[in-house]
Amino acid sequence: MKPLYERPDTLTHCLTHYCAGCGHGIVHRLLAEVIDELGIRGRTIGAAPVGCAVLAHQYLKVDMCEPAHGRTPEAIAAIKRVRPECVAFSYQGDGDLAAIGTAETLHVANRGEPITVFFVNNAVYGMTGGQMAPTTMLAQKTTTTPVGRNAGYHGHPMRVCELLATLDGPAYIERVALSSPDRIRDAKRAVRKGFLTQIERNAYALVEFLSPCPTYWRMSPLDALRFIEEEMTKIYPLGVFRDWETREA
Amino acid sequence: MAGKVLMAGNEAAAEGAVQAGCDAYFGYPITPQNEFAAYMARRMPELGRVFIQAESELAAISMVYGASAAGKRAITSSSSPGVSLKQEGISYIAASRLPAVVVNVQRGGPGLGNIGPSQGDYWQSTRGGGHGDYRSIVLAPASVQEMFDLTAKAFELADRYRMCAIVLADAYLGQMMEPLVLPDEPFPPPPPKPWALTGCEGREPQCIRSLYLGDGELEQHNYLLFETYRQAERDEPRWEAVAADDAEVVLVAYGTCARICREAVALGRQRGLRLGLIRPVTLWPFPSQAIALAAAGARGVLVVEMSMGQMAQDVRLALDGRRPVALLGRPAFVPEADEVCECAAALLKGTGL
Repeated sequence: MKPLYERPDTLTHCLTHYCAGCGHGIVHRLLAEVIDELGIRGRTIGAAPVGCAVLAHQYLKVDMCEPAHGRTPEAIAAIKRVRPECVAFSYQGDGDLAAIGTAETLHVANRGEPITVFFVNNAVYGMTGGQMAPTTMLAQKTTTTPVGRNAGYHGHPMRVCELLATLDGPAYIERVALSSPDRIRDAKRAVRKGFLTQIERNAYALVEFLSPCPTYWRMSPLDALRFIEEEMTKIYPLGVFRDWETREA
Repeated sequence: MAGKVLMAGNEAAAEGAVQAGCDAYFGYPITPQNEFAAYMARRMPELGRVFIQAESELAAISMVYGASAAGKRAITSSSSPGVSLKQEGISYIAASRLPAVVVNVQRGGPGLGNIGPSQGDYWQSTRGGGHGDYRSIVLAPASVQEMFDLTAKAFELADRYRMCAIVLADAYLGQMMEPLVLPDEPFPPPPPKPWALTGCEGREPQCIRSLYLGDGELEQHNYLLFETYRQAERDEPRWEAVAADDAEVVLVAYGTCARICREAVALGRQRGLRLGLIRPVTLWPFPSQAIALAAAGARGVLVVEMSMGQMAQDVRLALDGRRPVALLGRPAFVPEADEVCECAAALLKGTGL
């Protein structure tokens, strides 16, 4: 009998440390499925962020490292430079990628380093207990915006895909969401394209996931999915911001 | 490249890295080490190796981390303010047990300081420098030849101990030109690195990490680091002794100051002042025993450094109160041989300094 659904080889049998309703588990699974399907597990090297996903190496059966906070893309870019035969990815949260690592994010993208960046945007710092992230929504309450994020006081939510799309270096930039099964299937297509941009085009790719954090949004998992669909996508519109295929066409 | 050439210290250090088999260079511009990066920018791509001008020192040292994690030999060069920024990465490199080479062509400080020679980064280099309980090997060249030799040696030591090796030079050593004899024989290849990230084909996945959350796990990891450091302390102290056997006053100096002190030993002996010199070549591990031995027959020790008594602390620890230790400290200024002799004479007269 052919199984319809099973654990990808790239995913370990390990109890998750992620909270109920968290998006990281979904992104891990999508990565694992695509790595299996492309048959690249043996030559893939990943860099985990500092943040909730710092323990990604416990779940993904690939070689991984754990660079300093925000330096993630530069560490993995260097790995790719000295081992061009490997498939190199960084897995980063909003604090790692868009706050402490903003310079690294921009310059790796601008140099067009042939790596794949997976950016999990859940609009909050999870690991440290729910502080404001660069991507926190206006009016969103966090421990450091106790009465809600105020544009004049805290600044505006930062749109990473749009920012990177002003650069010439990236070959593929897309924002997807984890708010429904359809969206997740679409996110998997983007993960695949993110890896293929590196493998086939030797070029830079970034996939941003709008991802739920029910714990620090202080919502039920279901409400968190609705929040993505109804609120986050207004500020962070889904879509393709750079695509080497359409550029060439 | 072989034979005898005339080179500046920064370029000699860069060529030392190249000949030692350095696979990747990452750096950010800062005076007085810019010739290092310029040399590598030409030489590394010629050889099919990696050169990246980073957007910051934070990025450069994390690229070193990455290349080293992938099992390759990597280096970054900078000067004092830039090396302060690198401390984040050096701490991660120490924790992750990665070999790496950092060249610091010291300039005056604190802050932006100036671009002249200084030895103000002794503590930063020998005490770890970043957060956490760790060490780096610190090599102190005193000539263009040693800029080459010790940068090459740094790769060997970094690989042997799986830790960061710092080449601690200064603006004079980086900028000055001297004859350099290049080796005829190639350097030995790096040792196998079974821990490196290469992709997990045919083996279990590996992780280079520094987060240890398990009960007691971090303490065991720190004990492991310190076993390595104890071994380096046993096997790696290096120094040069000049006329130290019969010296009344033993000078202790490294780098540019050691060159001045070598001159002072000759000058002093012409004047009937029996001076000797111990020149630490490794600042960590510190050659404490060699200094204690040389000082045993002397009346006192004079430490000469371009900082206000940083290395003098290590000399005092080495002597443990058995001999008086005086300091000639000139922060961000090179002392003269005559000045050294006068200080030594004053020490002998017991007038203090």
